[in-house]
Amino acid sequence: MMKKLIISATLLLGSLFSFAQQGNGNDAGSLHGNFQSDFQFYQEDTAIGAPPVPEKFLLNGFLNLNYTRGNFSAGLRYETYQNVLLGFDERYKGSGIPYRYARYDNGFLDVTVGSFYEQFGTGLIFRAYEERNLGFDNAMDGLRIKTSLNNGIVLKGVIGQQRYYFEKSEGIVRGFDAELPINTIFESMADSKTRISVGGSFVSKYEEDRDPRYNLPENVGSWAARLNVARGGFNFYGEYGYKINDPSSVNNYIYKDGKALLLNFTYSRKGLGILLAHKRVDNMNYRSDRTATVNDLLINYLPAINKIHTYTLPALYPYATQPNGEVGYQAEVTFKIPRGSKLGGKYGTNVALNYSVIQSQEISQINDTTPLFTPGTDGYDVNFWGWGDIRFYQDMNIEITKKLSKKVKLVATYINLQYNKSVIEGKDGFVKMHAPILEMQFNLKPKHTLRTEVQGMFLNRKRSASGELVKEDRGDWALVLVEYTFAPHWFVAIQDSWNYGNPTESRRIHYYLISAGYTQGATKIQMNYGKQQEGIFCVGGVCRNVPASNGLFMTVSTSF
Amino acid sequence: MAFVLVVPIHFIKKHLMKYLLSVLTVVLAISFSFGQVGDKLPAVKIMTLDGQEVSTADLDNDGKPIVISFWATWCKPCVKELNTINDMYFDWMDETGVKIYAISIDDSRNSMRVQPFINGRAWEYDVFLDPNADLKRAMNVGNIPHTFVLNGDMEVVWQHAGYAPGDEYELYDVIQRVANGEAIDH
Repeated sequence: MMKKLIISATLLLGSLFSFAQQGNGNDAGSLHGNFQSDFQFYQEDTAIGAPPVPEKFLLNGFLNLNYTRGNFSAGLRYETYQNVLLGFDERYKGSGIPYRYARYDNGFLDVTVGSFYEQFGTGLIFRAYEERNLGFDNAMDGLRIKTSLNNGIVLKGVIGQQRYYFEKSEGIVRGFDAELPINTIFESMADSKTRISVGGSFVSKYEEDRDPRYNLPENVGSWAARLNVARGGFNFYGEYGYKINDPSSVNNYIYKDGKALLLNFTYSRKGLGILLAHKRVDNMNYRSDRTATVNDLLINYLPAINKIHTYTLPALYPYATQPNGEVGYQAEVTFKIPRGSKLGGKYGTNVALNYSVIQSQEISQINDTTPLFTPGTDGYDVNFWGWGDIRFYQDMNIEITKKLSKKVKLVATYINLQYNKSVIEGKDGFVKMHAPILEMQFNLKPKHTLRTEVQGMFLNRKRSASGELVKEDRGDWALVLVEYTFAPHWFVAIQDSWNYGNPTESRRIHYYLISAGYTQGATKIQMNYGKQQEGIFCVGGVCRNVPASNGLFMTVSTSF
Repeated sequence: MAFVLVVPIHFIKKHLMKYLLSVLTVVLAISFSFGQVGDKLPAVKIMTLDGQEVSTADLDNDGKPIVISFWATWCKPCVKELNTINDMYFDWMDETGVKIYAISIDDSRNSMRVQPFINGRAWEYDVFLDPNADLKRAMNVGNIPHTFVLNGDMEVVWQHAGYAPGDEYELYDVIQRVANGEAIDH
């Protein structure tokens, strides 16, 4: 395997460079890429639960190389994990070139062989993507053909196997997608103020059935249809996805079909934005391996419809879609109080209000004698338009951004959140917390900025096994951050997150963290030293668990 | 860099310095020998906010400077940068004719939020979506925010990763020099 990789990489690079040497000037094409390496030195710390690391230090790194010459491009990514940083999946251990491709794109026809990323619509039935900082990568390895007709119609076809760490899935994923912009297809619609676009896709996976217990579908088909209508400041987007029965370890081997619905409505004009969203998911776990779990070998992507909090403390309670079933709503209003008004002050004030709620589906037993989710049965009956009793997540938050003077800015945030720990993490508990946060920024002199954050996070109480009232989960937190930047190159910061309200007295710990960073053009170097609390780290839609650690962390990245 | 002193000194000697030096050598060698600078903006398909496909080959500013800024609704420094620049954008346009394209890499979880998000903040930028990260990959962007300056011939002349308050002054300095036809050394 490794040998094959090295040989193909050498060949590819060889051909790149020989290409690059041909011709002169721009004809030689160009070679670019980016590089990142994350390194951590670990110290054991039993007080915070940081485990001993036999290797002492660990490193994740990658290098992307992309060569372009006219309509042709080719590239690869080398990845190395010596050994895998804590919190990333250990199956990454080792080095290799899991990503390499060649592509021809003349604007009309776009052909990729090798690795590629792609998504149909919002991804309800197909999305291949990467999130390097989370160790998430389900790139396809195979063939993609895309064509953009001159009337705006875009057709895509894909086939391939999904990346599985340094290997590939056994299952094969095939798909086709069409995007039809009505206004450019029909001349009579060309000048209409209403812009309409429809799309549809079909995806299927093939996976051999070797299960001794069940007769499983080897070809699992799915389809999705979408509609976008825009007029003036209004925009409506709806997408519905369907999948045939697909028993898997995630849905406990039930033979039920799957459905997903996503509706988005927005209205906006300068100074005002409104978003309403609704989502239903019913048994939509879809992977190229029935036994895969967590973030492995996902074929589709079910977007969560709640705001992502990036402040350290509320970020400890993020939400991710429950693929077996959920129903959710979201509303968001963003507006700017104009400058010169009483509330707007000299510079105007930005306000964002956001609410989201996610509950279980309304489900019932298929008959009186079969318990819910019995393997080998249809699992459950669902009222697709119903609203279940179990609260998964609720979030009410407000964020006010205001420039007080030429030198002082502030962001005030208040978050009130409910988090069903048993459903989301599979650990006992239901967290109700509220968190006030104040961020201030002072421009001391040109290019010198002082930024501070003060965060509090206060949790509900629950009755413990011995009958007394104790704080839920890890209890209350307070955080203070002070950051000094000297643009455009330097920053230093010190942060203390204090878990002062932990129900266990010995865990009422100060997590000190000192950071410094240097940026030069597209090159960044950053170091952190100190204690990191256990938590969930998310980028975009996906999350991973980050274990507690104590030590020195360093990251270097560049783009060229 | 006083914080390094907290680390056991034998560790620095044994591992860190070696690692640092090798990484720095590689990084510096790479960034000085190549550099995206001088290349044309790659032709990649991106999306308008109402879901229509457009090619970056069609972006244009009549020979005046262009800024391409990669951001996402969930990226705090990105939003901070674009908020800050928005306050100055009219002056920048008046003085240099610059046009800023804000490319959102939000995925379907948040891409619907982009339009109300930018309007609610009264941003004046031309905003596009890059939901499959095609342009992000084609421009070799690792983490966001990441900002590029293009000259009138649509050639990349400058780039910067990350945002710290005050970075906007350096950016504007570059834009002014590009508008005046000066060469950018980096």
